Amino acid sequence: MISPGTVLFVSTSILAIAGALMTISSRRPLRAAIGLLIHIISLAGMFLTLNAHLLAALQLLVYAGAIVVLFVFVIMLIGPASEVGPIEGRLASRTLSIAMTIAIVLAVATTVAYFDAPWGQVADDFGTVEALGMAIYKQALVPFEVISITLLVAIIGAIAIARSRTE
Amino acid sequence: MGIGTYLALASVLFGIGAAGFLTRRNMLIQLMSIELMLNSVNVVLLAFNRVYPANHDGQVFAFFVIAVAAAEAAVGLAILIAYYRIKKTIDTDDATLLKY
Repeated sequence: MISPGTVLFVSTSILAIAGALMTISSRRPLRAAIGLLIHIISLAGMFLTLNAHLLAALQLLVYAGAIVVLFVFVIMLIGPASEVGPIEGRLASRTLSIAMTIAIVLAVATTVAYFDAPWGQVADDFGTVEALGMAIYKQALVPFEVISITLLVAIIGAIAIARSRTE
Repeated sequence: MGIGTYLALASVLFGIGAAGFLTRRNMLIQLMSIELMLNSVNVVLLAFNRVYPANHDGQVFAFFVIAVAAAEAAVGLAILIAYYRIKKTIDTDDATLLKY
């Protein structure tokens, strides 16, 4: 008997891999951004099978809503120069890097695929906004404040780096 | 679907991101590949948290990973724009200012 969770996992994993391959293989950056969007949305669906409801919503808000839009803005800002010409030369190093990545991934994936542990019994509020918010504020208050300062510094740094030097 | 399937999928996604980062010369697509790798780590964290659901440690960690990814994208794209201003291209092979 195939459970709905299995159907959701299989369909979202196929879409996630397809989106990732589209991201790294397309020449036009806008198509790569659309591939990234497909990847992110399908991963948000996969998070639902793992009882991570808040993280699925955050994935959609932060990644699909902010990061992909930022990428698209930069692609529009740069214009035609955002497309780098076809790859030429250095066939050996490129083939070698792809082959090494595939070898490492095959080794790791076939090893971890045998790891088995029963799914634990989850409480009713596992992964909800309330439960995760309580966990963040009770156990990770200092990291939470540090990450907010990190985001502030990143905003100021992005403005400082990207601003025009013409004064 | 056991946790092993999730882990294998996450390692495949990480490998795709790593291959994209190593083989592409377009800085935009390299930044997208970094996002792919950060996302695959989130899958592992959430899968392990689902197996050991006594606390929310994995989900809290994934939350911080998402926040760091947002900061990284903002700074990375700012560096890309500054680089484009200097070189009028985003080909990483042309980043040779420190080479000579």
